[in-house]
Amino acid sequence: MASTVENISRATIRFAGDSGDGMQLTGTQLTNTSALAGNDVATFPDFPAEIRAPRGTRAGVSGFQVQFASEDIFTPGDQVDTLVVMNPAALVTNLSDLRSGGLLVVNEDNFVDKEFRLAKLESNPLDDPEMDQYRVIKIKMTLLTRTAVEELDLSNKFADRCKNFFAMGFVYWLYNRDLQPTLDFINAKFGSKPDIAAANEKALKAGYNYGETTEAAISTYQVEKAKLEPGTYKNIMGNQALAWGCIAAAKLSDKDLFLGSYPITPASDILHELSKHKKFGVRTFQAEDEIAAVCATIGAAFGGHMSITTSSGPGIALKGEAMGLGMILELPMLIINIQRGGPSTGLPTKTEQSDLLQCMYGRNGESPLPLIAARSPADCFDAAIDAWRVAAKFMCPVMVLSDGYIANGAEPWKIPDYDAIEKIEIVHPGERSEDDPPFLPYKRDENLSRPWALPGTKGLEHRIGGLEKDHETGNVSYDPDNHEFMCKIRQEKIDRIADFIPELEVDGEESGDLLVLSWGGTYGACTTAVSQCQADGLSISHAHLRFINPFPRNLGTLLGNFKKIVIPELNLGQLQKIISSTYGVTSEGIHKLKGRPFTVSELTEQFKEMLA
Amino acid sequence: MSTELPVLKAADFGSDQDVRWCPGCGDYSILAQMKKALAAQGFPREKTAFISGIGCSSRFPYYMSTYGMHSIHGRAPAFATGLKSARPDLQVWVITGDGDALSIGGNHLMHAIRRNVNINIVLFNNRIYGLTKGQYSPTSEIGKVTKSTPMGSLDNPLTPLSVAVGCGATFIARSIDTNAKHLSATLQRAAEHQGASFIEVYQNCNIFNDGAWKYATDRKTKQDNVIEIEHGKPLIFGAESNKGIRLNGLDPEVVELGNGIAEDDLLFHDEKSPEPTLAYLLSRMHQPEFPEAIGVFRAIDAPVYDDQLNDQVAAAQEAAPDAKLNDLFNSGNTWEVE
Repeated sequence: MASTVENISRATIRFAGDSGDGMQLTGTQLTNTSALAGNDVATFPDFPAEIRAPRGTRAGVSGFQVQFASEDIFTPGDQVDTLVVMNPAALVTNLSDLRSGGLLVVNEDNFVDKEFRLAKLESNPLDDPEMDQYRVIKIKMTLLTRTAVEELDLSNKFADRCKNFFAMGFVYWLYNRDLQPTLDFINAKFGSKPDIAAANEKALKAGYNYGETTEAAISTYQVEKAKLEPGTYKNIMGNQALAWGCIAAAKLSDKDLFLGSYPITPASDILHELSKHKKFGVRTFQAEDEIAAVCATIGAAFGGHMSITTSSGPGIALKGEAMGLGMILELPMLIINIQRGGPSTGLPTKTEQSDLLQCMYGRNGESPLPLIAARSPADCFDAAIDAWRVAAKFMCPVMVLSDGYIANGAEPWKIPDYDAIEKIEIVHPGERSEDDPPFLPYKRDENLSRPWALPGTKGLEHRIGGLEKDHETGNVSYDPDNHEFMCKIRQEKIDRIADFIPELEVDGEESGDLLVLSWGGTYGACTTAVSQCQADGLSISHAHLRFINPFPRNLGTLLGNFKKIVIPELNLGQLQKIISSTYGVTSEGIHKLKGRPFTVSELTEQFKEMLA
Repeated sequence: MSTELPVLKAADFGSDQDVRWCPGCGDYSILAQMKKALAAQGFPREKTAFISGIGCSSRFPYYMSTYGMHSIHGRAPAFATGLKSARPDLQVWVITGDGDALSIGGNHLMHAIRRNVNINIVLFNNRIYGLTKGQYSPTSEIGKVTKSTPMGSLDNPLTPLSVAVGCGATFIARSIDTNAKHLSATLQRAAEHQGASFIEVYQNCNIFNDGAWKYATDRKTKQDNVIEIEHGKPLIFGAESNKGIRLNGLDPEVVELGNGIAEDDLLFHDEKSPEPTLAYLLSRMHQPEFPEAIGVFRAIDAPVYDDQLNDQVAAAQEAAPDAKLNDLFNSGNTWEVE
């Protein structure tokens, strides 16, 4: 008997299990399949810093949350509709996010005394009377998976590795998802190991069929296609989009791309991705440390490449001195910070926005750098290109900020036509003969930019360095007036970028009771929360900053148009400090430092309180 | 009509900037020999770049008429690696000192050498921090009394060439600031070498550590204290050329020629030996027990980092001559929204 199918507009699913249980893969597959089905998707992978934390413990729980919808969504969802847990530790660490009445799918085989002990539980949590508020589906996933792959003669160890595919299959049945994209994935990934491929396929189908044959009494769900802008889409993660944006930016400016980098979570995937694309003229250099990575980047920029370095907060701290050199050399490059929880080593796999002040000010001397922050996974592509446009035009390093949430999160990306993207014009000065007037490496153009003269060009031989330089000649100068002049002109150059970047757009009325000002990865939660408040008839508007240095020209005016300003940040008020010192306005902050993004409901609640 | 290129003279490699080293500094001599070496090799000036760190020696690029970068303390090899990787057509020199290269920059020196990046690293060793006005350096002898070590320094000094050997350097040499001919020739050899060249130059800081290398430069003593090594030749030294180095088991010993000891009994230098054992042994010969060696310790062929990096890019491009970004963007699973 076919179960009833209920049409819903959105669903939030979370898979949680041991860090070795393959939850990230499971979540990614459901995401891709849902995207291919035409849904809008948003994801939130959440995993421990340890590669294999002790099995069965709470510390070792790895989770992946995805929301798919038939409408535009900007977040992976607040509350979970269906929670799949592979062991007791995953249950107790995730249950609070499951909505009342939600579906809890458990691998019953792991709900045994030994696992309770590992999870530091006195008794079976499923026996708790609180469980009544959920619809619990217990499935002997380990046993059923072993049975499903029996004929392949695999050891139990190998058979058990397939149980995430069983869980996936069950959820696919529950949400009427097509198995084919995942079958294709299994084929592509495990094709060279036919046993493993066959086992995963059998487990996936077994999970699906299990739902169909045994749980037919419950209804399944159908999420229709989302009404996205017409075009070709693909599901993309933030770090991948950032890497591709850099390749595109290099090509648009007719440059080869050089990456100097040192492995660090959560930025390493950019290094991995770029190292695959040598055919597009990409050179990647895995340096001996963060300092060498940025120094090599500066060296390659001197040589004329589009040059970038990628890191996270602790690495950015190490790069500080060299970033200051890049600034005074006035060479173009991108310094990309995928923020994670700090301070110090902090929470390497968790998200935070607490490096803003570090990136704005974390260098000795007067050392201003433009700063651009991406707002979502797909936006990383455009952020990289925009950043390089500024770097190349104004001859300066540009800071690009992303965060762990954006970097590892995924969303549909409307694939652009490369040929339709505006080119990035870069002109290098040409050869000079001895009869020409001497070359002036620090003579500025109308944008206050100096010429990017490339080694190898006859007649342009010049020396640059970290000592203060004389205006125009670039020779070392200790002259007090010159130093003050140079500090001011370097600042003015950055300030003038405000004339080049777009004005800040407002979602909602241009004036009113409350302005929500956000930046970076909180875009989705703020957008959704504000639109919910607007639907309730509240006088609330939203503006999201892309450039934080310099600010868009109209920001000051805009701030004056609202009775109250609120700045939600995953830090203790860093943008708030800059806004306050720049415009002298008072604002309220909403701060969260839990290694997790804002939920929509916690923002909505606070916005409403402020408007009460 | 012939378009003969003008031949550059040593003076053509000097910039218009006043040289600001202390009068009598050994750096002047190195600067002069560098200009001579560059003029002699005839490589285009605009294709030459000098990268330095911080310290007295690191002002060097400002005094050359080539491209140059005066970077930050200790990191010059990393800047040079980036530049050379991006622009293998350039001849890239790194100018550094004992503090810059072996203290704050030890890590980068090690990695530039072990990668075998095709750059030439010249380390001016004066066994003191000069620019910060006289603290002991990683090459200062134990017990050195300086501003920061009034009761004498405690650290064991590094031997720069031993470090280079340990990193697998493919070209290792040593020369002396005042030995003009030898220095110029050594710099030229370094420039010709494909891969990372490491040259230590004994350099006198006449303000903070005057006479550190007196034994190696004083006319009266230098022939007994320095041994000039040459590929394929026996190790002979001394004012009378009557002393030599002989191997006793794994240890070198100083012997006098004659009395049954012939040239053939001596250690013969082999800069092309695939194993770095001999180069290491030579680097460990210190005063006063041994004469200190100058010349090319090691010069072997090995794959060059920046060549290989660019070969990988070229191979990938050859394999996909029509690579289009639109194909990359549309790769994998995509879907249409009408």
